Amino acid sequence: MMTSRRVVVGLLTAVVVAWSCGVGPATAQLLINGAGATFPYPIYSKWFDEYAKISRSVNFNYQSIGSGGGIRQITARTVDFGATDGPMTDEQLKAAPGELFHVPTVIGAVVATYNLPGNPKLRFTPDIFGKITKWNDARIKDVNPGANLPDQPIVVVHRSDGSGTTYIWVDYLAKVNSEWEQKVGRGTSVKWPVGLGGKGNEGVAGQIKNTPGALGYVELAYAIKNNLPAASIRNKAGRFVEPTIGSTTAAAAGAAAEMPPDFRVSLTNAPGPDVYPIASFTWLLVYREQPDEVKGKAIVGFLWWASHDGQKYAADLLYAPLPAPVVKQIEAKLRQVVYQGRPLLAAQ
Amino acid sequence: MAVVYGRSAGAGAATPTVPPLAGARRARRRFGDRGFREITRAAGLAPLVLVAGMAAVMAHAAWPSLRRFGWAFITTSNWDPVAEQFGALPFIFGTLVSSLLALLLAVPLGLGAAIYLAELAPRAVRPPVTFLVEMLAAIPSVVYGLWGIFVLAPWLRTWVQPALGHTLGFLPLFQGPPYGVGMLAAGLILAIMIVPFITAVSREVLLAVPRMQREAALALGATGWETTRIAVLRYGRSGLIGAILLGLGRALGETMAVTMLIGNRPEVSFSLFAPGYTMASVIANEFTEATSDLYLGALIEIGLLLLVLTLAVNGLARLLVWSVGRGPTVVRE
Repeated sequence: MMTSRRVVVGLLTAVVVAWSCGVGPATAQLLINGAGATFPYPIYSKWFDEYAKISRSVNFNYQSIGSGGGIRQITARTVDFGATDGPMTDEQLKAAPGELFHVPTVIGAVVATYNLPGNPKLRFTPDIFGKITKWNDARIKDVNPGANLPDQPIVVVHRSDGSGTTYIWVDYLAKVNSEWEQKVGRGTSVKWPVGLGGKGNEGVAGQIKNTPGALGYVELAYAIKNNLPAASIRNKAGRFVEPTIGSTTAAAAGAAAEMPPDFRVSLTNAPGPDVYPIASFTWLLVYREQPDEVKGKAIVGFLWWASHDGQKYAADLLYAPLPAPVVKQIEAKLRQVVYQGRPLLAAQ
Repeated sequence: MAVVYGRSAGAGAATPTVPPLAGARRARRRFGDRGFREITRAAGLAPLVLVAGMAAVMAHAAWPSLRRFGWAFITTSNWDPVAEQFGALPFIFGTLVSSLLALLLAVPLGLGAAIYLAELAPRAVRPPVTFLVEMLAAIPSVVYGLWGIFVLAPWLRTWVQPALGHTLGFLPLFQGPPYGVGMLAAGLILAIMIVPFITAVSREVLLAVPRMQREAALALGATGWETTRIAVLRYGRSGLIGAILLGLGRALGETMAVTMLIGNRPEVSFSLFAPGYTMASVIANEFTEATSDLYLGALIEIGLLLLVLTLAVNGLARLLVWSVGRGPTVVRE
């Protein structure tokens, strides 16, 4: 008995000592919690690392739990900022306890990839999606003279998990195909009329690689890293544009002229001659009225840095950086973030 | 020990120090016993409380979906997150069919391997094979899934499905284009995953059958097969059913490998070549991005149904073991 009591006391002491040691240094640092989209996670973690070198007192903790989770958590105020690949709906914004700002951070693109003999470079027109069932359909053949297109059914492969990538892809389909818009619509998961579901970019790519005649979509970054064939798509201006970092940024530049003040804009099928038409912003979500002055300042400071100096890290990680006019619009937005009515942005 | 009862007797001056000490020890022991009983009781009740709590929390979170769809949730098959119409029939169907297919393939193989290892295999063969079988059970399911995508599915698509289509294509089970992935691939990978469980547990059950059982059967002139069938399998059948149900339990809840191989298409199709979907898979796939309360509720309701399904299967299993255990041929030592 005596020995066990001594053990208990010893354990308790150890716990108390460990706890106070762990807490001691952490109080000196500011911890900012965020949660949400998985798609921008690589660039965000790079940013948090780099920003910690500049601003040593701020530490970021980001959980990439998916856009849905990010929206739920920022709405419940369990995190200091959220992140999402698809803009929040009006209903969701109304459900939030305060006014939420969407701040675009980088741009991502989604590409059409396929598995055909020799994987020729293909060009797609918007009218083929949801309309054709065979690879040697005249609508593909006409714009791809010389390509060897077999008499084979097209096996559609899509994401089975809810994802921002799916949202961007079906948002584009809904814009170019009115039947799709009515029957299927837009969402991170949709009721696919045909096809097989693969989990994640790797699931879709693996399924395509193993299925002759397969056609599916993956993130641009994933396609470049894994050397997957990616089709050029005919854009609104009538030109076939290859998916690249440059043509993705061009999509945001094309949309900048008619940017709504809350940045909730779709970049798919954007106007402009060099625009790749299947692209989207990804956003951070912050409250206009920050509940904590110190944290609010840190968040706004970080967002300013990310939309300026931080952009140079984007291309290395295969994200498209924001075009200059959009950065100007973000600057104006960040000036509106307040704590008890006072703007939080330090004079830049 | 008599001293322990000395409190009433020890009022005299002859036993001045022992009784109080013994009394204290007794009290402490009684306290210890009681404490032990309470702690184990709490541990014993914890699973009940946990299951009840989980069910209650899930039912609460699933309420929007329960109220909106009612029974239609399990009888309709339209799963449309955009229109917020949810019917879970394809997932229930897919879970049951893929698990039953897995059992159909795994039970003969698993039991056969167990009988061989316990009864027939030469002594030198038993340890390495047993070790390998048990190691199979330790492989993470994502590894099975990857192997399934890159080896099993292409093999099914290029060889097995065309062959089945040619020879048995008149059956609705083997019709449709060969994708590789689909119900057949999911059932196969599940079978491979549960064979080690069935084999390992069955082997232990068979080893626990007393030698006398076998000797008695042999003495009566039974052949090797008859001895195994009458004296060994029948004696251990409730344990063997337990082994099979352990495998079934794993198959019902398996998520990762199945998600990677079943094709994730919410449709009820009677062809094994067609893609399907399971309850665990749809939760894993769609939970992270489900934003509306109704959508989230529908996914949680599927989790609740999976819980109910698992409980029902386990209940049936108990019933089966019980009815088999009452059989007349159980010989006691």
